[in-house]
Amino acid sequence: MKLHVNGQEHEVDAPADMPLLWVLRDLIGLTGTKFGCGMAQCGACTVHVDGVAMRSCITPAVALAGKQITTIEGIGHDGDHPVQRAWIEADVVQCGYCQSGQIMAAVALLKQKPQPTDADIDAAMSGNICRCGTYQRIRTAVHRAAELTRTAVATAEETRHVA
Amino acid sequence: MWRNLQDLSGVADESARTVSLLRESGGGSRRAFLKTGAAASVGLVVACFMPPGMRRAFAEDVAKKPAQIPPNAFVRVAPDNSVTVLLKHSEMGQGVWTSIPMVVADELDCDWAKVKVEHAPAAPEYAHTVFGVQMTGGSTSTWESFAQLRQAGATARALLIAAAAKKWHLAGTADCRTENGFVICADKKASYGELAEAAARLPMPADVALKKPEEFRLIGKPTRRLDSKAKVTGTAEFGIDVKRPDLLVATVARAPVFGAKVKSFDATKAKAVPGVVDVVQVPSGVAVLGKHFWAAKQGRDALVVDWNLGDGARISTEGLRAEYRKLAQAKGAVAKIAGDVDAALKAGKVIDAEYEVPFLAHAPMEPENCTAEVNADGCDIWTGTQFQGVDQMTVAKRLELKPEQVRIHTTFLGGGFGRRANPQSDFIMEAVEIAKAAKQPIKVVWTREDDIHGGYYRPMWLSHLRATLAKDGKPAAWAHTIVGQSIFAGTLFAGAFIKDGVDGASVEGAADSPYLEAVPVHRVDLHSPTSPISVLWWRSVGHSHTGFVVESFVDELAHAAKQDPLKYRQALLPEKSRERLALDLAAEKFGWGKPLAKGHAAGIAVHASFGSYVAQIAEVSVSDKKITVHRVVCAIDCGPVVNPLTIEAQMQSGIAFGLGAALHSELTLKDGRIEQSNFHNYVVLRANEMPRVEVHIVPSTDKMGGVGEPGTPPIAPAVANAVFAATGQRLRRLPLRLA
Repeated sequence: MKLHVNGQEHEVDAPADMPLLWVLRDLIGLTGTKFGCGMAQCGACTVHVDGVAMRSCITPAVALAGKQITTIEGIGHDGDHPVQRAWIEADVVQCGYCQSGQIMAAVALLKQKPQPTDADIDAAMSGNICRCGTYQRIRTAVHRAAELTRTAVATAEETRHVA
Repeated sequence: MWRNLQDLSGVADESARTVSLLRESGGGSRRAFLKTGAAASVGLVVACFMPPGMRRAFAEDVAKKPAQIPPNAFVRVAPDNSVTVLLKHSEMGQGVWTSIPMVVADELDCDWAKVKVEHAPAAPEYAHTVFGVQMTGGSTSTWESFAQLRQAGATARALLIAAAAKKWHLAGTADCRTENGFVICADKKASYGELAEAAARLPMPADVALKKPEEFRLIGKPTRRLDSKAKVTGTAEFGIDVKRPDLLVATVARAPVFGAKVKSFDATKAKAVPGVVDVVQVPSGVAVLGKHFWAAKQGRDALVVDWNLGDGARISTEGLRAEYRKLAQAKGAVAKIAGDVDAALKAGKVIDAEYEVPFLAHAPMEPENCTAEVNADGCDIWTGTQFQGVDQMTVAKRLELKPEQVRIHTTFLGGGFGRRANPQSDFIMEAVEIAKAAKQPIKVVWTREDDIHGGYYRPMWLSHLRATLAKDGKPAAWAHTIVGQSIFAGTLFAGAFIKDGVDGASVEGAADSPYLEAVPVHRVDLHSPTSPISVLWWRSVGHSHTGFVVESFVDELAHAAKQDPLKYRQALLPEKSRERLALDLAAEKFGWGKPLAKGHAAGIAVHASFGSYVAQIAEVSVSDKKITVHRVVCAIDCGPVVNPLTIEAQMQSGIAFGLGAALHSELTLKDGRIEQSNFHNYVVLRANEMPRVEVHIVPSTDKMGGVGEPGTPPIAPAVANAVFAATGQRLRRLPLRLA
C-alpha cells in the first residue's frame, strides 16, 4: 500500500490489520510516535490524518490510503513550531515519552480553538496521559503557543501588507 | 527507596555492607581516584572514583587499543569547545540530564550553551557513591554525586588553566582566571577547546579549589532542560525506539497467575501468522519472534499455552485482606519501641483505626522493553534502566562473562518510578534469555497489559493504629502495626536493609515519624507475609503508605482532641525542625484558616522522605461522591538547591502521581489474576483532574535531600484530610471512595 507521511510517499508491505502506529514505527522507521496502551486510552500515538488528531494504535493503515498523515517529525523544522517552542519555553517535558502525542493533540486543539481557555485545554488534552504529571506546564505551554501563533500570524500579515 | 536518608552516615554504614556484597561479585569500589587521559580525538577526560584495578586496566586499554576506550569519565572537553558530561545516572524525567551537568559546568566554568550530555556506559567508576553500584533511585542522584561532580568539573578547569600557563610559559597559574570556556591571563586568552589536548597530558593536580556558594553561576539558578528539544521533536531515543541490524521483535506469553509454569505449548497457529519467525521457550514464558511488533503480538495471540497454575491461582484481594487483618491484631517484629504500650493503651480511651492501600503498578508511559544481542565477545544491551550495575552483574553471571563484557547502552527512560530498577533485572534478563535461545538479536516489547499484569507492584499494605490522648490532647500512647510484603527480601540488598526481621522500607516514615518523639510510649511493629506476587519500590516506596497512614491518623487525633489540624501538628513538631519549616511555609502561603470558596475545604499533611521535608495543603470540594482537588500548596525543604525549575517540576509530578493513586488506581486479584489490564480500568490522573499546584522552597543550607519522590507521600493524606473536613467522612482506604 502507499501512505503519504509528512509530505512523502511510502510504499509499505503491511498486513491488512496492522495499525498505523506499527507501520510508522517498525516499517517506515518513524519512531517519534509512541506506543502506550494499544487501545486508544493514553494518546501517546496521536498523529494527524488530514489535519485531524487520530489514535494511530487502533487505526488500520490500509484505511488511510490517499490521506495526508502527519507525525511529530512532520510538524515544524528543527523544533520551530509554535507549540514546540512553547513547550521548550515552559520547560514542559519530563521523561518525554508522551510528549509527541501531547504536542500533536495541542496542535490540533489550537487549529480548532486558537485561544483556548483552561477548560478547553483540560477537555482536549484529557485523552493524553502523562505519568510524570506535566499537565500544569502543558496548560501554560498551550496558552503560550496560542500567543506565539497569534504573533506569527500577525507578523505574516504585516509582512504581506508591507510587501 | 532507602530508609533513613536523613541520616546519611547511617546509609553509608548500611551501604558498606552492600558494597562488600557487590565487591565479591565484581562490583564497584568507593576508593577515590582521579585520572586524566588523552584519548584519540577525545581531548581532556576527567574521571573520578576509579579503583586501582580499573586504573591499570584503563591505562593498558589506552596503550593497546585507543579506539575502543570506553569514555571512562564524567566530563570531556573536545577541541571544538564542546563539553560533554557523561551522566552516570539515568534520565527518566526527573531532570538529571540538566541538573547534574549544571554542577559540573559551574565548577568547570564553561559555556553552558556548549554543554552536551550522554548517558555513561555501565562501568565501576560510575558507581553510586553511597550504594556502591551504578544505579539511579532513592531520590539520591544530586546529593550523592554533588561533591564528586564538583570535583570533576574543578579538576578539569585546573588542568586547562595549567595547560594555558604552560602554553604561555608562565611561572605559575596565579594570574590566570577562567570565564565561560576560556582561560585568560592579562591580554592572553585561549579557549578550552584549544587547550584540551595539552591539558589531557598533564599530571593530575594534587588539590583543586572549589567555588564558594556565592560564586556559583548555574547552581541555584532556574535552568531550562537540555533534553527538551529532542523530546518535542520526537528524536529522543527511548529503549523501545532502538534500531539494530537484523533485529526481530519479541512478545512473551507470561504466567497468567503469579508462580505459574509452562506445562506445554502449541506454536502451530502462532507460526502461521505472517511475519512470525520463531517461537522459543524461556524461563519467563514462551516468546514469539516477529519481523515487527504487530507480527509478534498477533503470533502471541495465536499461541496456545497450557499452564500449571500452582498455588498462585488461589490468591484474591479479599483473602489477603482477611489474612492481613488477622495478622494486624497481633504484635509483629518490632521496629521502634518506647515504654509499655499495651499497658498504656489500657489506661485510656483508645482511638483505633485500620488503614489500607492496594497493590499498584508503576505503569510508566513507555512499556518495559529491552534490546539484546549475544555475540562472540559478550553481550550488548540497549534499554532504559535505573540499575546498570546490578543488570551488568546479573547478565554476566547468567552468560558466564566478565562484567565488562556486558555492555549496557542506556537510552532515555519513558518513566521509571522504580519499575526500571529491578533486583532480578527481569525485563533485561528475559531479553537476554530470548536472544540466547533464538541466537538472534531481539527487542522484547511489553504491551500495556503485560505491564499491568507483570508484577513488581507497590505492595498492598494494611496498618492497625491505636492511640490514647493525654489531657492536653497530645498522644500519650501510640501503637502501629504494619502488614505487607517485604520489598527487600530475597534481593541482594536484603542483608543491608532488613534488620531483626524488619524491612526498613516497610516501616520508613512510620517507625521514624517525628511525631513519635512527642509520644512518651510508642511501638511500631511489622508483619511481612509472603506470596508469589512480586513487589517492588514504587515512587516513594514505604512512604507511599506511611505518609497516608500517619498523616491521616494524626488528623484523627487532632479531631479527637478538638484541635486545629495545623496547630496540633505544630505542637507536636519541634519549632526549628525542618518539618515545621515546611509546614509553616505551606500554611502561610495557603492562607490556612482564611475562608475558602463555598463548599471547599482544606486538608494538611507534612512528611519527610529521602532527606527532604514536604508539606502540602489541598483545597477540595465534594459533590455526588466525586472529589475535586482545586489547589495544592506545597512547601519543600530539600537543603541547598541546584535547579529550582526541577524542584517545582518534581513537586508537581510527585503530586500528580500520588493524586492519581489517591483518587483512582488499584490492582485487585481474583483467582490469582489481576483484574485490571490497561488505562481504562487502571485509572491514573489525567489533565482535567490536575489541581493548580504552587511550589515554595524553604531557603536552606541544611543537608541536601532528594526531590524525585518526596512530593508524593503527602498528597493522599492532604486530600483525605480535606475530604474529612468537607464531609465528616474519614476515608482510611486508598483509592479514596466516599460512602
